[in-house]
Amino acid sequence: MADAAVLSSDPALALKRAQQGQSYWRRVWQRLRDDKMTLAVIGVLALLLLMVIFAPWFTVHDPYVGSVLRRLKPIGTPGHWLGTDEVGRDLWSRMVYGGRLSLLAGVVPVFLALLIGGFLGILAGYVGGVLNSAIMRLTDVLYAFPSILLAIAITGILGAGLQNTILALTISFIPPIIRISESITTQVRHLDFVEAARASGAAPLTIMRYHILNNVLGPILVYATSLISICIILAAGLSFLGLGVTPPSAEWGLMLNNLRQALWVSPFVAALPGVMIFITSMCFNLMSDGLRQAMDVRL
Amino acid sequence: MTGTRDIPLPTADACAPVPVSARSEVAGTGASGGRTAPLLHVDNLTKHFPLKGGLLNRTQALVQAVDGVSFNVLTGETLGIVGESGCGKSTTARLMMHLIRPDGGTIAFDGRKVGAIEHGLSHRDLHRQMQMVFQDSYSSLNPRLPVVMSIAFGPFVHGLGRSAALKRAMELLQAVGLDPLLFANRYPHELSGGQRQRVNIARALALSPRIVILDEAVSALDKSVEAQVLNLLVDLKAQLDLTYVFISHDLNVVRYISDRVMVMYLGKVVEIGPVDRLYRDPRHPYTRALLSAMPSMNPRRRTVEAPLSGDPPNPIRPPSGCRFRTRCPFAEQVCEAVAPLLLAPPGDALRAVACHMSVPKSGHSRAVAAVSA
Amino acid sequence: MWAYTFRRLLYAVPVLLGVSMLVFALIHLAPGDVVDILVPPEVPKEIADDLRRRFRLDEPIYVQYFAWLGRLLVGDLGISFFTNRPVGEELFGALGNTLILALPAAVLGFLLGILLGALAAYNHDSWLDKLFSATAIVGVSLPHYWVGIVLVAIFAVVFNVLPAQGMGLGGIPTSWEQLKHLILPVVTLSLIPMGVISRLVRANVLEILSQEFVGALHAKGLLSRRVLYHTLKNAAPSALALMGLQFGYLLGGSILVETVFNWPGSGGLMNLAIFRRDIPVLSGTIVVLAAIFVAINILVDVLQALIDPRMRR
Repeated sequence: MADAAVLSSDPALALKRAQQGQSYWRRVWQRLRDDKMTLAVIGVLALLLLMVIFAPWFTVHDPYVGSVLRRLKPIGTPGHWLGTDEVGRDLWSRMVYGGRLSLLAGVVPVFLALLIGGFLGILAGYVGGVLNSAIMRLTDVLYAFPSILLAIAITGILGAGLQNTILALTISFIPPIIRISESITTQVRHLDFVEAARASGAAPLTIMRYHILNNVLGPILVYATSLISICIILAAGLSFLGLGVTPPSAEWGLMLNNLRQALWVSPFVAALPGVMIFITSMCFNLMSDGLRQAMDVRL
Repeated sequence: MTGTRDIPLPTADACAPVPVSARSEVAGTGASGGRTAPLLHVDNLTKHFPLKGGLLNRTQALVQAVDGVSFNVLTGETLGIVGESGCGKSTTARLMMHLIRPDGGTIAFDGRKVGAIEHGLSHRDLHRQMQMVFQDSYSSLNPRLPVVMSIAFGPFVHGLGRSAALKRAMELLQAVGLDPLLFANRYPHELSGGQRQRVNIARALALSPRIVILDEAVSALDKSVEAQVLNLLVDLKAQLDLTYVFISHDLNVVRYISDRVMVMYLGKVVEIGPVDRLYRDPRHPYTRALLSAMPSMNPRRRTVEAPLSGDPPNPIRPPSGCRFRTRCPFAEQVCEAVAPLLLAPPGDALRAVACHMSVPKSGHSRAVAAVSA
Repeated sequence: MWAYTFRRLLYAVPVLLGVSMLVFALIHLAPGDVVDILVPPEVPKEIADDLRRRFRLDEPIYVQYFAWLGRLLVGDLGISFFTNRPVGEELFGALGNTLILALPAAVLGFLLGILLGALAAYNHDSWLDKLFSATAIVGVSLPHYWVGIVLVAIFAVVFNVLPAQGMGLGGIPTSWEQLKHLILPVVTLSLIPMGVISRLVRANVLEILSQEFVGALHAKGLLSRRVLYHTLKNAAPSALALMGLQFGYLLGGSILVETVFNWPGSGGLMNLAIFRRDIPVLSGTIVVLAAIFVAINILVDVLQALIDPRMRR
């Protein structure tokens, strides 16, 4: 019940809390703070990000320099603690530097899709009518492709490279974001307080700003973060197929592909890049789950 | 209570009201001395909702939610609107507020037609004059805004500066009985149902409207809280010189708070009249049935038989003629053929009934005799 | 019901048109054109232009589009740049091979998924359920192509029990030798549908079990088995919808697994086409796969409407 939220043993604190009110985001933040698992995961991701950005500080060898003499050294070789790849480059360095492109290709498309898809979806949901139908029908065309197929179509036909990868993945993720944005916005738009806002004679943009956006952006954001893990896997997958980042760049998926021949010689080394993809993807998944739980505040 | 009428009105609404022609069909209007012209005049309001389906998702049928509804709201009164669920009360309310666009009919506020080019009232100005309190106290408030901002939104939108709007909102919180220091920054989920409804009332009053529509505003509250809020409404009405339209399905509450009552059935008005007289002597068979269905505290007046039989008919294909005839114990041939008009029964100018039995020479066997001379 | 089906089918037409337009646009945006690929760069310009005229590349774009669309509708998917054989022929065989993988993977994934999901739901809050949740998260975060590689590493390289690649003799497997080739890829492919379905089944069954009418059924004295039947009947529609969708993904998105295992399916075909810049094969495959996906979606929608009357809008 309402006032129970305000009760506290300390009357002064209770008064202060009652006066301040606990906004939705503050409650989310408090729940997040109590969620040890999610905090740990966020910590891991932060560490990963740091390592990837400041890669030269964390690695010894140059990721692009290889030596035929040192090909495919196993794990635990002195000087190369994770071994070397098929051209003799230090695997650890390749993985750390590779993180840059992998994370970039994993996060940027979702971010761009959020901007574009979120805008279109919220617009469609709020305005309704013909505009809504038009946007949703266009989304349906994109939805006719299984996500990998769309990404492959674009990169396969237009060519490989980081830019096309990001383009292809952005386009692949725009439809689901449009769909969820439109759905949530339509629901919110029909709530009584929006009608009341209209009854005050406010202009649509004002209503959007004060009543719609603050109710809609949260869930959309959470959904988008859950897409990041998929994007990382897909981006690496594209590179794995030769459609993403091109050699000699370091990138986890690309490394996975290059090391396939080495599977017979040094199976553990060959499987290593996949571990990074898995760990990163899992961390984003857990983080997104934690966020969702924190935001699922029973009001 | 100072400050309530302090908002500088952006548009001058001091326009000489055009006298409304006294349409005899809508009797019981403008007759009480002193307040002649009705504040709100609703004329032939109609709204049909399309039902889509079939091969190409075309409109297959129309739900006749509100069909030719006409009534007046007099200045300073409380008009109660009652009826079963689905009779069109809430739709009528939303049509009055122009939250839904009517398919037909007009609304005139203080003599000025809404939406008319000449001398007309814009929708924005209509909203300044008329506000609404919804039934669901929780979903009527933005869960992400502190309640003070929800209240201040209206004035803010109409030109008042941010701090002035907030100040006004705090004053209104005080007026509805919530200590602003304690409640202003709270969020809707931190308030009880009754407190939320008070906030909704404050929000409705923020623009200094002259009419407040209360759409089942107290129906969802516990009885004790309901009584408090009702009393608050009565006090506010006196203090601020308001006019209420009170929609409810609870006949007791309506009796307590209303001056006049309007009864609706299946999208049409079947009876209007002063509350005491209507309750004591209902003219329309439906009103009679409604009232007799109220459980009474008097052990000598027990309900023996269910007064109404059958289910309410389908609003998609309402019965021809009088819509109530399928459940009316007095239905006759004429009721099927001709739809009765809302007219004042002879000898009672303050009332209006839509029933052939109240119209002399209507062809009904029980039609009253005309008042002679 | 039929009205809904008709509307659904009617609705698919603009979607398919959109798909074709999208693929065509992509083809046209591709760097370089047909002639540049076919003909060495030293060839003088007039010959190249003449070739372009013969391929009708100089005509306005909408003419080319409609010509292409027209050919598509009669089943002419073009001729492969590389092998000079009709795309349709190659694709047909390749699709068959993909189906040999997709069907068992779907069955395996769905069955295990339903089983695991239902088990987890019935044993809600026990260690089994917690294990399930943990596995589910892991499963969703694993890149399935990597799992394929790991499986190959374990079973083919280290233990040498199963073949690492290829289809063996090809065709529908009739011998254990041939079946051996199927095992690893099918298991790899089944992972994603298993994960997705099990999560949905668990959530649905939990929701249904918590609903009051289940209590009412128990109170009526129905045996647990009957309650189970009712539960499944309620959980079926959305589960079926998801299964259909997952099958579509298996057909259309098999390229990664097929690449790992060198499987000559539609994915492998696309891979080759990308490598060789064989645009007709690539675009033809994409269009066909998308069309199949749309068809599966329609089927799923209609089936759902059949089972759950609430879905018919």
